[in-house]
Amino acid sequence: MIFKVFKKEELARLHELLAVNIIVGPVSKGNDRNGKPLYDFDVTYDFNELALDYTQTVHSPKRFVLPYHETLSTFSITRDGWKKHVDLNVYRPLVFFGMHACDINALNKLDLVLAQSTYPNPYYMGKRKNLFIIGMGCNPEPQCFCRSMGTDSVLHGFDLFLTDLGGKYFAEILSATAFDLLTQLTCQDPSAKDLALYKHATKEKSKRYTATVDTSDLTKILDLEFESTAWDAWGEKCLSCGTCANVCPTCYCYGVDEHVDPDLKHASKIKSLHSCNLIDFAKVAGGHNFRPTSASRLKYRYYHKHRGFVEAFEESLCVGCGRCGAACLADITPPEVIASVRGKE
Amino acid sequence: MQNKLNFIDILDQTSGARGGKEDPGSFEYTLSAEITSIYPLTATEKLYQIQIIDPDQRKRFSFRPGQFVMLELPGIGEAPFSISSSPIRHGDIELCIRAVGNLTNFLARVERGTRVGISGPFGTHFPLEKMQGQDILLIGGGLGIVPLRSPLLAVLENRSRYGRVDIMYGAKTPAELLFTYQYEEWRRFDIELGITVDQADKSWHGRTGLITELLQERISQTPNLRENTYAIVCGPPVMFHFVCKMLTEAGLPMQKMFVSLERRMHCGRGKCCRCNIGSTYTCLDGPVFDYWSVMNLKEAI
Repeated sequence: MIFKVFKKEELARLHELLAVNIIVGPVSKGNDRNGKPLYDFDVTYDFNELALDYTQTVHSPKRFVLPYHETLSTFSITRDGWKKHVDLNVYRPLVFFGMHACDINALNKLDLVLAQSTYPNPYYMGKRKNLFIIGMGCNPEPQCFCRSMGTDSVLHGFDLFLTDLGGKYFAEILSATAFDLLTQLTCQDPSAKDLALYKHATKEKSKRYTATVDTSDLTKILDLEFESTAWDAWGEKCLSCGTCANVCPTCYCYGVDEHVDPDLKHASKIKSLHSCNLIDFAKVAGGHNFRPTSASRLKYRYYHKHRGFVEAFEESLCVGCGRCGAACLADITPPEVIASVRGKE
Repeated sequence: MQNKLNFIDILDQTSGARGGKEDPGSFEYTLSAEITSIYPLTATEKLYQIQIIDPDQRKRFSFRPGQFVMLELPGIGEAPFSISSSPIRHGDIELCIRAVGNLTNFLARVERGTRVGISGPFGTHFPLEKMQGQDILLIGGGLGIVPLRSPLLAVLENRSRYGRVDIMYGAKTPAELLFTYQYEEWRRFDIELGITVDQADKSWHGRTGLITELLQERISQTPNLRENTYAIVCGPPVMFHFVCKMLTEAGLPMQKMFVSLERRMHCGRGKCCRCNIGSTYTCLDGPVFDYWSVMNLKEAI
């Protein structure tokens, strides 16, 4: 990997260079009822609008690669048949300015199942391949357990990753496009002092995590504790509202519905992201529901993320961002759920 | 404008025929097909003969018994259906469909000549090659006879290569029995056909009782199923439970017992997760599983 450093003032210049493209970044969205600032990713036109010191966005950046609702195809219907038209709904590249490591890791995990497996999903791939990602170092929040999941730093899946060294940014460069951009800024090769500062910064950051999950042998423990009563207790609390999947950067499950236009000459096929906590998730024709209880659905969510996905891809489908716990109306958090299922060992 | 990023058209990078498992352009690709005839089987099930319109595509469409297709009717819906016809007929497939939901109730009202979209075939299949030289038990309950019909027809076309073939089929009432018009034909092909219903009516002269009773009689004729038998079991979860237990007790190895599981896929391509059992996709790793795999899937049946 190639490393550079540049002065903080140069960041506005980087933004300006990229401003011929559409830029998405973290922006402030007011405060919650306790006065805590809220952030979300949005299209921005002004560098000063970017809240690059953001804590964590309420929603993940997922909607830019997996829209909540997406038209997969449209149909024109005639008397003797119909024609299908497919549009991948991606027309231009998108610059992501200031994505945290957890969210880039989430995209890498989505790549495994949506782009690098059999039947690759072109709707996802088209958007993902047209992302130019500038990553940004972060400060751990109380809900963050990314360090436990091994996703507190990111090794690939971005173009440029910036770490704050005080007066400068330490830049990790992963693409030729990013390298070209930096040649248009005033950059230096990192000095021995810069490297020391970078190592110090990452070490200090790793000390600030407060939430942890014990992931040792977790896949096996989930299998052993499949019948654990801990699941029932969490099932009692869970409202089956699907908010966790909504804010999750890696939840990709969906459902498909078709609609006829009022003119009866056109129809559309629409994909909507779903949640395995919603009651109809595993319902089949005729009404049988393979997961009728809240507990069985909540358990399945953990089972998929921390066991099934690991079996398939050797890593978990969770980046430890803690958004699900922060957004949960019933205060269910993964560190607590997993600790209770592990029980006393 | 030197920093304007290049747009990457992912479909530009792939070329050649659509339909490959690795081709992102095939994801939403549907074969245009026509419902050429509709044969009512019972009050709620009909057999749809569906022909892929393009002759080349029709010839190239090949499937193995046990696989399913996604059938799409624009504006109404798309759902998975197990193929119920013989694999030698390629893209002239038969689907037996019960009117039970949005799409299937609509299908119950359409006329022959209706254009539908077909994609697939998807999923795993019954290993009929391995079964050659062996006795076969086909055990179906209710709609479970539908995925059994494709391996059955494939066996009939190669009858000499298989040993004794038994069908054990149970339905709630005589009126719900499917494919009644073919029973005589199957028997003439030297298939042992045992049929039972839960509740008889006045016209019923056959057996009444559980499918496990039929199975018990069959098992008592061959003391041990270990060496020379394969079984395919399709039906409601409760039937799986008892039938698979009986077969296991009769010595049938778990890897010689196959089931076809039902889930409501929304994509058929391992992406929507609606058919997941753990992280096992029923659409990719199933719907046909051997009993050993099923035992390892929590909540499978």
